[in-house]
Amino acid sequence: MSTNSGYVVEKPLVKGNHTFSSITALVADIVEKPTPLWWYIAFGISNLLLGLLFAMLAYLIWEGTGVWGLNNTVAWGWAIINFVWWVGIGHAGTLISAILYLFRQGWRTAINRFAEAMTIFAVMCAGIFPAVHVGRIWVIYWIFPLPNQMQMWPNFNSPLLWDVFAVSTYFTVSLLFWYVGLVPDFATLRDRVKSKLGAKIYGFFALGWTGGNRQWQHYEKSYLLLAGLATPLVLSVHTIVSFDFAVSIIPGWHTTIFPPYFVAGAIFSGFAMVMTLMLIARKIYGLEDIMTDDHMEKMNIIILVTGWMVGFAYIMEFFIAWYGGVEYEKFAFVNRAFGPYAWAYWIMMFCNVVAPNFFWFKKMRRSVAVSFVLSIVVNIGMWFERFVITVTSLAQDFIPGSWAYYSPTWVDVLTYVGTFGLFFTNFLLFLRFMPMVAIAEIKMVLPQADPHYYDEDGNEPEPVEQIEESK
Amino acid sequence: MSTKEKSNDRKVYGLLAEYANPAKLMRAAKLSNRAGYKKYDAYSPFPIHGMDDAMGLKNSKLGWIVLSHGLVGFAGGLALQIWTSSIAYPINIGGKPFVNIPAFIPVTFELTILLSAFGAVFGMFFLNNMPKHYNTLFNSDKFARVTDDKFFICVEASDDMFSLEETEKFLRDAGATDVEVIYE
Repeated sequence: MSTNSGYVVEKPLVKGNHTFSSITALVADIVEKPTPLWWYIAFGISNLLLGLLFAMLAYLIWEGTGVWGLNNTVAWGWAIINFVWWVGIGHAGTLISAILYLFRQGWRTAINRFAEAMTIFAVMCAGIFPAVHVGRIWVIYWIFPLPNQMQMWPNFNSPLLWDVFAVSTYFTVSLLFWYVGLVPDFATLRDRVKSKLGAKIYGFFALGWTGGNRQWQHYEKSYLLLAGLATPLVLSVHTIVSFDFAVSIIPGWHTTIFPPYFVAGAIFSGFAMVMTLMLIARKIYGLEDIMTDDHMEKMNIIILVTGWMVGFAYIMEFFIAWYGGVEYEKFAFVNRAFGPYAWAYWIMMFCNVVAPNFFWFKKMRRSVAVSFVLSIVVNIGMWFERFVITVTSLAQDFIPGSWAYYSPTWVDVLTYVGTFGLFFTNFLLFLRFMPMVAIAEIKMVLPQADPHYYDEDGNEPEPVEQIEESK
Repeated sequence: MSTKEKSNDRKVYGLLAEYANPAKLMRAAKLSNRAGYKKYDAYSPFPIHGMDDAMGLKNSKLGWIVLSHGLVGFAGGLALQIWTSSIAYPINIGGKPFVNIPAFIPVTFELTILLSAFGAVFGMFFLNNMPKHYNTLFNSDKFARVTDDKFFICVEASDDMFSLEETEKFLRDAGATDVEVIYE
């Protein structure tokens, strides 16, 4: 240990001299203020895209999966890519709300609420693809263990069925976790909004919360247990998603590195998405005191770390393909980098392995512009990762006679674009009508929330001269 | 106040005392516990660490509810898969055993988590008496700020030690800035 490792004063999590009531006002009054014009514009665009999604899904169900770009060789295309991409984005929300909670990372309170909202809406977008890709959607209930006229049951040996259970459990638990966190904040809105109807609606969802310690006691226990349950859950979900590939025998898919590699990639892309959304939301709603540049820096460090985990996996896959000595495996990887899809592979490598390295520098980590641009670059890279994994392995497998090239159709593209409509419609409604920051939790990380902050008689301590923060 | 005027024909629910900050609330809660009050609670906009000990509360029983639900999820998930694939309609899939335990682990795990989460959420609602949309405390106008920045202790009239005068004096001595009578 270094000799100067003394007591390090942590930077305050909330900037500006906020009181409890100014925090309430900062967050809760967003829903009280008149709806800004930009919101209507953004909501209108999102609604159009949502309409586009419905139209594309209707067309797909009417015509059949032939409207997609799939062919005999490449039977999995954009649908699974988009599914994995969206569900991966969702995982950052659970990581922030559950794993960082267990690790007692106080800074998570600023971003957990809308990261969890992001999770729920991203999982909705993800869930659409496996649901509609089955072709005959009117018998979708066959995927559930429900008694039916054939007296048959699902195949519990299949990773695709595990996925049904994993993703539906994940969605349900994320929704419950989010709601539990929202209950005290709904009570704040119930007691605050001026409109009678608003107070009734928020009051309905607040379930009669009073804030008594006898309630907080069970509430905190519940939150802790949910965090403890959600942590293995989120790891299991993306592990099972990776099993969709890894349990098969296709070269490039059949590898044991997939579960940790997929989980790291999911957190990587999810943090990037949280970053994109956070930078927009804090700017528009003036929440820079709560979502500070310190938050941005911490998230960028996570992006850098998980980015290198993903980069390590890319390199390790190549090494094992050579070291394993399987001819098909070797071909699959050389073909990824230098075959017909090399353009996609190098986009992926650039976006996921090269681009995050800007975050080695403190200046870059704390720059809003750099963080914003790189967060989008990372999500483009992670989409291409799933494209590379899915398509390259299928397009050129064991028999050269069956090789083919895969291109999406306009239906593929517009369906994907449409899911952004679903995501942003939900997200804008959330920003408009719900407390986007966990109000009660933010108050908890203020220094004056700790009884030890006060002197022995319980009075405010004498103001101590603050040491100016060095810029 | 309007509630005072109506006081003659209304039953007293309890006394609501307001405290300035978390430290004072905690001190008052500790004193209430030591004085022997049972039916009281400390209300705050956020959970205050150390309050459970100050009030002398036992550990939450929620963990047991979650454990029992988790066990049901585990056993039920495993039973569902074994029964459907080896008893109800056994199908030979790739020569794998009908009871293929390693392949059954993911679904068993997910159902364990799902049921445990139900236990954690609905068990908490059950222990907290939620949903209960009407609460006598909501009769107080001041109490609306408990979800913003105010701290209260309410001693209920159903407590054996409750006396309108003495309890009010006790709460004031414990540092209350204001004490209000709450009517049913």
